[in-house]
Parts: sequence; structure tokens; C-alpha cells
Amino acid sequence: MSTPDIIDTLAGIKPGSALDAIRTKRLQARENAQKSYLSLFEPIDAGDVSLLERAAVAAFVTGLHGETPVASFYRDKLAATADGPRLVEAIELEIARGKTSGPYGSFPAGPLSVENTAGLIFRVSAERKSALGARLVAALEHAHLLVFRPRDAASDDMQALLAAGWSNTGIVTFSQLVAFLSFQVRVVSGLRTLAAVNASEEAAS
Amino acid sequence: MSATVNPPIVFTQDELGWVSWIEPLPETELTERHFAGLVDRSRAKSEYFRLLVRDPEVLEARTKTDKDIFYNVADGLPRAERELAAAATSRYNGCIYCASVHARFASTYSKRRDDVQRLLDEGVKADLGERWNAVVKASVSLAATPVAFGPDNIEELRRAGLDDAEIVDVINGASFFNWANRLMLSLGEPSK
Repeated sequence: MSTPDIIDTLAGIKPGSALDAIRTKRLQARENAQKSYLSLFEPIDAGDVSLLERAAVAAFVTGLHGETPVASFYRDKLAATADGPRLVEAIELEIARGKTSGPYGSFPAGPLSVENTAGLIFRVSAERKSALGARLVAALEHAHLLVFRPRDAASDDMQALLAAGWSNTGIVTFSQLVAFLSFQVRVVSGLRTLAAVNASEEAAS
Repeated sequence: MSATVNPPIVFTQDELGWVSWIEPLPETELTERHFAGLVDRSRAKSEYFRLLVRDPEVLEARTKTDKDIFYNVADGLPRAERELAAAATSRYNGCIYCASVHARFASTYSKRRDDVQRLLDEGVKADLGERWNAVVKASVSLAATPVAFGPDNIEELRRAGLDDAEIVDVINGASFFNWANRLMLSLGEPSK
């Protein structure tokens, strides 16, 4: 394999370890989680979502999940992307403004309304709008919704992205990117936790 | 199109439709690259998959990840409990459509339809017995942002009888639905 498996790398899974053997039992899932990563970050066609937009959104989304190995990986990726270094600080500042706990949001009006939970409706700070540009401003605001309050999503949110210059195909790729990272962050966190529990048991025995 | 949408207002095991808020590709515009992305050609009939196939490479990889996590039952966690993890995650995130599909699967494979319905009706705190409670709690801990999954979850899953390979199936299944829920919730809506 040319690119090392990204989930194994971020979760610290070593070749030949017990967790490596377990992941090998789901080889198709492992290989296609990797292909998902590659098709999002090394796409054959970046016409509808630029590599810079992908890296900026990824740094923002993973940063919103807290300071983890995944977040630092994508922050470094943004810094290594063409034109990326100028956005690193702006993204960091917006992560600090956007951090909260989820999921929250509203259900369709009816019996579930008692479960509605209010929370932050994130909007990019006015002072960073020109540095980020209209497309990324709309993308970060929507990404925050997807991370913390996906059940609030409405057709108007699609209209906001279209109005900011996102194409239908661009919206699909961008949504996949945020949703994929929501998966990747969790798989890495779960596997790291399991590996750490096993390591502490071995150390104790 | 919007005139015919009749969104459900409660979690249900009934079959629901799904209507896109943006434009899926028309069936007539699908090429071999798109059919490779759909994996199953029959998915060309689905509005959801004709929307996601706008990025065929991502859809293909996503679909193959999904199928192995849920359908590869040569070893590891029984299918019913993988579906339980998917349903619990969907209940917690608020995806009525995803919850309907995977609650039905959980019922089919476990033969515990009433318990599954209690998860939908009462939410993720419903008492479903030690083993299911541990799977639901682990799924919910993984779905929280920041992620709240920790050593206590591993300990509970082990106490309920799961080995490490089965725990990895819970992690994969629950994590995958944080992917699926966000697409289903944000690109369109369910309809009865």
C-alpha cells in the first residue's frame, strides 16, 4: 500500500498487534475507509471543492471534536496545503469560538419536542469573513451544524450553500467530507481507547 | 415535489421514503463511472443514492465500508447487535429515517421487536438488559461531541460478554452511523 492506513496511524495500531489482526477481519471496511479518505483528500477531480477548502473544513471539523491526534493531523494537513498556512490561525480562532457539546437541536414539532435542546448557532466572526471568503464562511457554518446539531438541518441550509456559490455536486462532496470525518474521529477514538485499556492490563500483569 | 412530503414526527419501524433537498442526478445521465459508485446497479432507483453518486468515488468507498461493517458476519458481533448500535446512534443523533431502517433490521435479526420499539419510544436510556444496554451506551458515548467513549464503556461491554473483536464491531457500527446520519439528516428529509 502506497499511503499508510490513516486510521491505523492515528489510532497507533502497530502491524502484528492484536488490534491489527482484528481490523484485518474487516479488510474491506479497512481498505474502503482508507479509499474514502483518499478520494476526499486526493480526489481525481477537485473541480467542485478545492483542496484548500477540503483541508480547511477538515481542520475545523476535527478541531471542534477537541484536541486529539486527528485534529493535529488535519491542522498540519491544512498548513501543508497550497495557500493553507494563511488560514490556519483563522480556523483555530473559529474552532475556539465554535467549541461546544452535542448533539443538540430540535425534532419535528410533536411528541419529540420535549427532547429539543437549545445550543450554539455558530456564525463565523465578521472580522474573519474576508480572509475566509463567502464559500468557506458558508461551509464552516454548515459544518458546525453537521457536527453538533445535524437534526436541525433544513432545506434552507442547502439554499444558503447554493447562494454562497456551492454546486450540487460540491455540496455532496463537502457533506461527505464532514460526515466521513465524524466517522473517522470516532473509530480512531474507540480503537485508541481499546488499545490503551489492553496496554494497561498487560503492564499490570 | 414538496407538496407530497409528509414528514414523520416520531421514531418508527415503519418503512419511510426519503426526498432530496437538492438535485439528484437523473437516471438518464448515469455513466459507468456512476454505476461503479453505486456498487449495486439497482440503487439507481433511489433518490438518495442518485444524489450521493454526484461524487462516485466517495460513494463507492463509503458503500463498501458500510457493507463490510454490517454484513460481514463470518465472525464478530451478531448482526442484530450491529443494527442495534446503528439504531441507537440514529435515535441519539435524531435521524428518524436511519433509525427506522436499522430498528427494523435489529428487530428482524434479534426477534426483540418490542425492546427495539422501546429504544425508539423512550430513547437511549430505555432499559433493554445488560448486554443491549452496554451496546447502546457505548454507541451513545461515541456519538457525543466531544467523543465521550472511554475505558468504562470497554469494561461494560466486556462484562456483558463481548470480546475485543466484537467491541471493534460496536465501534465500527456506531461510528459509521455518525457518517450516515449526517448525510440523511442534512441533504433531504424522510416522508411517510
